[in-house]
Amino acid sequence: MSEAKQTFLLEGASCAGCVRKIEGALAAVAGVEDARVNLADKTLIVHGEASPEACVAAVENAGYGAQPVRVSERERREQQRAEEHRHYRDLLKRCAIALGLGIPLMAWGLLGGEMMVSSPGQQLAWGVVGLLTLAVLIYCGGHFFTGAWRAFLHHNANMDTLVALGTGTAWAFSMLVVIAPQLLPEAARHVYFEASAMIIGLINLGQALELRARGRTSAAVEKLLDLQDPTARVVRDGQEQDLPLEQVVVGDLVRVRPGEKIPVDGTVEDGSSLVDESMLSGEPLPVKKAEGDFLSAGTLNKNGTLLFRAEKVGAETRLAQIIEMVKNAQSSRVPIARLADKISSIFVPTVMIIAVLAALVWFNFGPDPRTAHTLVVLTSVLIIACPCALGLATPMSVMVGVGKGAEYGVLIRNGKALQQASGLDTLVVDKTGTLTEGAPRLTSIETDAAFAGSEKDLLQLLASLEQGSEHPLAEAVLSAAREQDLTLLETRDFEAITAHGVSGVVNGRKLLLGNRKLMARESIDIGEWQARVRELGEKGSTAMYAAVDNKMAGVIAVADPLREDAASAIARLQKLGLQIHMLTGDNEGTANAVARQLGIDSVHAELQPEDKERIVGELQDGGAHVGMAGDGINDAPALARAEVGFAIGAGTDVAIETADVTLMRSSLQGVADAIELSRGTLRNIKQNLFGAFIYNVLGIPIAAGVLYPFTGALLSPVIAGAAMAFSSVTVVSNANRLRWFKPEETA
Amino acid sequence: MLTLIVNLAGLLLIAAIVWWFWLTGRTGDAAAAGPVPATSVEILVKDGVYDPDHITLPAGSAATLQFRREDPSPCAEYVLFPDLEVSAQLAVHEVTEVQLPAAGPGKYPFTCQMQMYRGLLEIK
Repeated sequence: MSEAKQTFLLEGASCAGCVRKIEGALAAVAGVEDARVNLADKTLIVHGEASPEACVAAVENAGYGAQPVRVSERERREQQRAEEHRHYRDLLKRCAIALGLGIPLMAWGLLGGEMMVSSPGQQLAWGVVGLLTLAVLIYCGGHFFTGAWRAFLHHNANMDTLVALGTGTAWAFSMLVVIAPQLLPEAARHVYFEASAMIIGLINLGQALELRARGRTSAAVEKLLDLQDPTARVVRDGQEQDLPLEQVVVGDLVRVRPGEKIPVDGTVEDGSSLVDESMLSGEPLPVKKAEGDFLSAGTLNKNGTLLFRAEKVGAETRLAQIIEMVKNAQSSRVPIARLADKISSIFVPTVMIIAVLAALVWFNFGPDPRTAHTLVVLTSVLIIACPCALGLATPMSVMVGVGKGAEYGVLIRNGKALQQASGLDTLVVDKTGTLTEGAPRLTSIETDAAFAGSEKDLLQLLASLEQGSEHPLAEAVLSAAREQDLTLLETRDFEAITAHGVSGVVNGRKLLLGNRKLMARESIDIGEWQARVRELGEKGSTAMYAAVDNKMAGVIAVADPLREDAASAIARLQKLGLQIHMLTGDNEGTANAVARQLGIDSVHAELQPEDKERIVGELQDGGAHVGMAGDGINDAPALARAEVGFAIGAGTDVAIETADVTLMRSSLQGVADAIELSRGTLRNIKQNLFGAFIYNVLGIPIAAGVLYPFTGALLSPVIAGAAMAFSSVTVVSNANRLRWFKPEETA
Repeated sequence: MLTLIVNLAGLLLIAAIVWWFWLTGRTGDAAAAGPVPATSVEILVKDGVYDPDHITLPAGSAATLQFRREDPSPCAEYVLFPDLEVSAQLAVHEVTEVQLPAAGPGKYPFTCQMQMYRGLLEIK
């Protein structure tokens, strides 16, 4: 039976009669070898080369509906891997055949065997060898010739052109020697069949090795793909069934048992469990999930059973989007490659011109045998030039570098971001949510002697007032009240006064909570409390004045705790040579206190959201290369303005779509990882570009014979072929060294 | 006499290389069939060339191109539109859809990673 297999999802099929009807309809379609309906999961599997449109039409004519099932990314990659493996084996086979002829011929020459044609017997013998070499050129190197010819017709020239011209010229010259030796001077009647065969063999070998090495460059995407299970346990019509992932649709109920991976994105409807999200968020501790919580595909269910409703499937899941982003970034261009790109675009015709010029020089001015020297130089120059090394230098490193980033939870948007991150000298960091947890806590509450009541009473009043507020600090007051089991009182006339605070009436008492400006506006004497507020601010808390019935009642202080690793991340970034600027809407005292704790020198406090972008711009105007780290939502303009925007958003969709670099874990360490990685990748690209340039810049003149006056010998075309074949392998292997990159934190 | 012929042939060959690969090739005048509307065709990736290699699209609207890769060599694995910041991995012996964003009028080259496969997208 044919290997070609297609799967369709059926509509309207419900009984054995339907099965017969559909299978019968398919049997009449040209190219269908076998068609089987599976009623349990309502699928149709068709073997054969029939087009999917014809199959769908046949099912529809039979009175049912059908749509092709998407091939999963995993299946596709498996197919591609199989295809690559086939190609690899094919290249090795061609290499073995070509070298099987080339090596004995070369050995014959090296061991002193006659390579000249000077008698009819030699003509006959070399004629047979020539035909054998032609067979090798056609079978093992035919693709070079067809590629060169098609490229030629399109006014294009590529590596195939060089290989075909080099080996073709050597073979054609040798055949001329065999057929009509009298046309050539006696000293030039040398055959080069071994060169043609050896070059074809070596280049096939080089391509095979390159294919192998390239396979390793995409290991990161493979790892991400492996996060997905191929099937999901779907509950349909009260029955559980294991379905291929591609057949899960939005709205399906999916059951996940302990130890299983979440197959698609969705929301929990029943059950509770701990879910390990470290692969997506970098958060090492499992997260408790219960009814109403969101689950991401690829995460691991630890201990309970969950029943959830599928909301995003296939390419829509967060994991799929991450994979897509990594793949896109892996194949994007890097500005540093622009010069290499320009050279690549004119490389092959330029080499052809150099080869002709070098051959003419040898023909006109070279020592005898001139014709033989001319041919050797022409062939060697064509063969040694390697556009592949030049073309591969950047993409291979970007591929490995971006993939490595994904392994450490650093999603890099494109090659440009990767390059720019390596050149940053300034990092602007938003305090809230980046240096701090982003969830403020009540740290202190103190009452005035004039307030008739305890601290608890004041907290109850203030929490009641804040229940109408959406300010992040309000949440701190409310959660403190919840912790103390305080009952919230009735509130009316709530008002949020921009840049001042809030006011309202709680249980008939007029309350004010805010800064000094609010108290001044309402003519409330803050007395000694100003010093206390300053003191609290210096410790890193945000303190606010509270007034009840137009009299000072006390102060409350709220602080957003620093992230555990913020200080070490800042130290690491400073060690990388970055100057850190902290941005915050807090007052100067609080901001300075936080900056002191973290060792940050430059603080911009009391900022409005729109000021952040302005500050990034000012730093850039001063000549700095500025990166900005923020949560990806509130800082969007500043992130966009910076040369590289790092979104510490734990992979929210918005952040993934907009930021240059998205950090999957909520830690500034990710910024340091990204910068270290980008510097490592850029270093690798430069090594590759340097190597490729130097190889061609030295190799082509050597092949043209510039060393002849010193060595008295020309470079053999066979050695030129070996050098060319392995130059691109070297580039790919060097890029693969990046796979061992480890950020300093984990090294 | 032979020297003269060889030298003349060599110089003519250089002139031919310049003319064929850089002069006529760059203007696109020699393209037998001329540019082809991109959405109406499957672009074949085979034997070192995109076929057709000169395609057109209307300005201001997003489009989907279809690439059929028949060359298993790694050179053909990716197609890049550097100016549109679009790239795609092409599956062997399959059609891969490549989404292009809306773009203004202009010429946008597309290539493989190594710039050996070369094509031109013209947005009018």
